[in-house]
Amino acid sequence: MKQILLILLLLPLASHAEDDIYSLIIKDHRFQPTEIIIPSGKKIKLLIENQDATPEEFESHSLNREKLIAGKNKSTIFIGPLSPGRYTFEGEFNAKTAQGVIIAQ
Amino acid sequence: MLATGIIIFREVLEAALIIGILAAATRNISGSRRWLVAGVLVGLIGSAMVAASTEVIGELANGIGQELFNAIVLGIAVSMLAWHNIWMSSHGAALAANASALGRDIRDGQSECSALFLIVGLAVLREGSESVLFLYGIAASNEGGQSAMLLGGLFGLLGGSAVGYGIYAGLLRLPVRWFFTATGVLVLLLAASMASQAAHFLIQADLLPSLAAPLWDTSAVLSEQSAVGMLLHTLMGYDSHPAGMQLIFYIAVLIIISIGMRLAGNSRRVATHKKITQ
Repeated sequence: MKQILLILLLLPLASHAEDDIYSLIIKDHRFQPTEIIIPSGKKIKLLIENQDATPEEFESHSLNREKLIAGKNKSTIFIGPLSPGRYTFEGEFNAKTAQGVIIAQ
Repeated sequence: MLATGIIIFREVLEAALIIGILAAATRNISGSRRWLVAGVLVGLIGSAMVAASTEVIGELANGIGQELFNAIVLGIAVSMLAWHNIWMSSHGAALAANASALGRDIRDGQSECSALFLIVGLAVLREGSESVLFLYGIAASNEGGQSAMLLGGLFGLLGGSAVGYGIYAGLLRLPVRWFFTATGVLVLLLAASMASQAAHFLIQADLLPSLAAPLWDTSAVLSEQSAVGMLLHTLMGYDSHPAGMQLIFYIAVLIIISIGMRLAGNSRRVATHKKITQ
């Protein structure tokens, strides 16, 4: 019984360790890469590095995510698990150029 | 210029609607105007400070500091809105019957004013810090066209404030018997909407499971970027892709505050009834 409990308690930690990590760079008010392919049905960790001097807001209505990233700074955001499909995101402060898409397969 | 205006408009709109509704709801409480202005001013100063510490806040708690900060600010606002509505359901009748009779309730009125101060201050702080960062980005970039963009921001500010004033003026025109119900319902929905947003940040920080995300997708029917979607998002927490957990928070806050209001209303009726029968 105790062992089962211990396993149950450790489960969240185990699932944490499994998070896939993807990185995204913001440079000259553009995302690099502009397309990220991730597995569907799995939570991923997105590391965003803003190389510009100005702040940016990563925003996606389809992913239901929004996060401010200060200039010359890094940030983490958890995404998913997603069902297969295309999920667009943008840099709200420079939406004209900062556009990207996450494709869950 | 238009893009800048829209971004600032969206930020200002949220704070302005909250202020407009609260300003109407507390119109008969003495001293409430001063507290409201103080809330806006302190919120503005706070938003500049939060904007300046974005980097520090973001790095707290292994990179989820921003989500935690937002969730805490929203959590405080939700409890203050709850307190306001519950207070109103036990004092609203007295306020409606005789505005000047509030003198005897002065201590209660003061704590109500501090709640108002906190709600307004936190609303301005949250929406304002984003605007400050955004405008800072414009001012710091050297791509030209800054003055046009800042002008756009000014229009956004005026537009958002106008809508906030509109809801305030509209509420004041309501007949008294509908006024308390209307402001009560609006504040209740604001609280539920903020609770849902707090859940959204906790999910984003991976502190809460999303439970079915999205629960539905109505972005094709009513996008949150459309004018109506934006308004409904602020007023009643409309979300085109909500997570299941957000809905749970939303409904839980609706139920908890409603029960609190009912209990407060009942105890008041019992108290007055006792006084009459004695």
